[in-house]
Amino acid sequence: MSQNDEIFARVEALIEPFNKKGAAITPETRFQQDLEWDSLTVLDFVASIEDEFDILITMNMQAEIETVGQLVGAVRELSRR
Amino acid sequence: MSDLFSKFDALIEQREKLLESGVTDPFNLVMERVESPTVAICNGRRTILLGTYNYMGMTFDPDVVAAGKKALDEFGSGTTGSRVLNGTYVGHRAVEDALREFYAMDHAMVFSTGYQANLGIISTIAGKDDYVILDIDSHASIYDGCAMGNAQIVPFRHNDVDALEKRLNRIPSEAGKLVVLEGVYSMLGDIAPLKEMVAVSKAAGAMVLVDEAHSMGFIGEHGRGVAEAQGVMEDVDFIIGTFSKSVGTVGGFCVSNHPKFEILRLVCRPYVFTASLPPSVVATAATSVRKLMHGADKRAHLWENSKRLHGGLKQLGFTLGTDEPQSAIIAVIMPDLETGAAMWEALLKEGLYVNLARPPATPAGMTLLRCSLCAEHSTEQVGEILNMFAAAGRATGCI
Repeated sequence: MSQNDEIFARVEALIEPFNKKGAAITPETRFQQDLEWDSLTVLDFVASIEDEFDILITMNMQAEIETVGQLVGAVRELSRR
Repeated sequence: MSDLFSKFDALIEQREKLLESGVTDPFNLVMERVESPTVAICNGRRTILLGTYNYMGMTFDPDVVAAGKKALDEFGSGTTGSRVLNGTYVGHRAVEDALREFYAMDHAMVFSTGYQANLGIISTIAGKDDYVILDIDSHASIYDGCAMGNAQIVPFRHNDVDALEKRLNRIPSEAGKLVVLEGVYSMLGDIAPLKEMVAVSKAAGAMVLVDEAHSMGFIGEHGRGVAEAQGVMEDVDFIIGTFSKSVGTVGGFCVSNHPKFEILRLVCRPYVFTASLPPSVVATAATSVRKLMHGADKRAHLWENSKRLHGGLKQLGFTLGTDEPQSAIIAVIMPDLETGAAMWEALLKEGLYVNLARPPATPAGMTLLRCSLCAEHSTEQVGEILNMFAAAGRATGCI
């Protein structure tokens, strides 16, 4: 399993409790349009990602992240630091 | 036609739908006459005001009004200038003196509004590579201050001390950090656990700014706010406040003990690039702030009002924003915007004005009827208010 695959699997597991629509999760899945998350859901989800990987995703970074794939990339970058 | 206004289409549609149902527009009320801090004439009808933030009822205080008239006569209607050019009169210095005394702090800086105080202070002290750590339910002026300063923004769950501490610990230790908190959160009227939050912030080497807009004059032994009530004034670096609530006029301020604070007067754009407050406004503010230093009896009566309204509404069967009254704001939670608007209108017909609050101003997509009490509400008025809530609640099926 590549590093990206491993991060994707962990991210996917964390999306699950918030995936009320039961949408299929791919790297192209968009948080706002496909999962229809409101700001409070985003806050809770980001907190769970931050705790899982022990990283900080600022609101400035969040503004650039629209899809699951982009989040996986950001997590990989942040975990390296 | 599609143009720059197309982004507002969803909101326009929602408003049209609401108004089509025949309800009075809750965001377009006009007060024809204002009789006192607690009574106005709206649509020709005597209306009790329960949504003004006029907590201490200073707007008609005879000394405050007299000071404003005198300043209008002696200094004219406006300064037509920035504080750093021709816009600083003796009155501006006098109100800053009053604030330093009120808070027992070394420095005070007055802005033209409370919004500008947050905008100016936060954007100026937290720059590009600094971090602002803020409660997710922070006021729009705090978010706008963050955006303007270009800092890294880290939100945490409302009033969650552990969430704040975790995030502080993940920020690079050498980075500049500003934790922004509010004493009273104005939507639900709940207060922050400042004692714990200030402690974890200081342990992480962060500076702390507390917005006490909704607590000044009322909470704490001297009315200095929630930070005073919880005994952490010493560890708060900046307090932001406003003249448009307990003080009863308009304007904003920041007080601080920071030794370099005065330099902000030259570098803070929302302070420099706008006209200063009119002489009559600063004169009313200074008089009011000084009177608030001796407002213990009024504070006690306001607490009584808050407890009675909270208890009474709960007994009637309404769902409230807090289990116990924590401030002078009591939020009644409505099931949806339509019911909220209907209830708001029914209350207005009964002769009661409250605020209808809805997203994005409210947390978690809630629709609220927000009530803010005044020290000048009489015991009889609070009784009347409860009767009106009972009648309107039954008429709209809320209770």
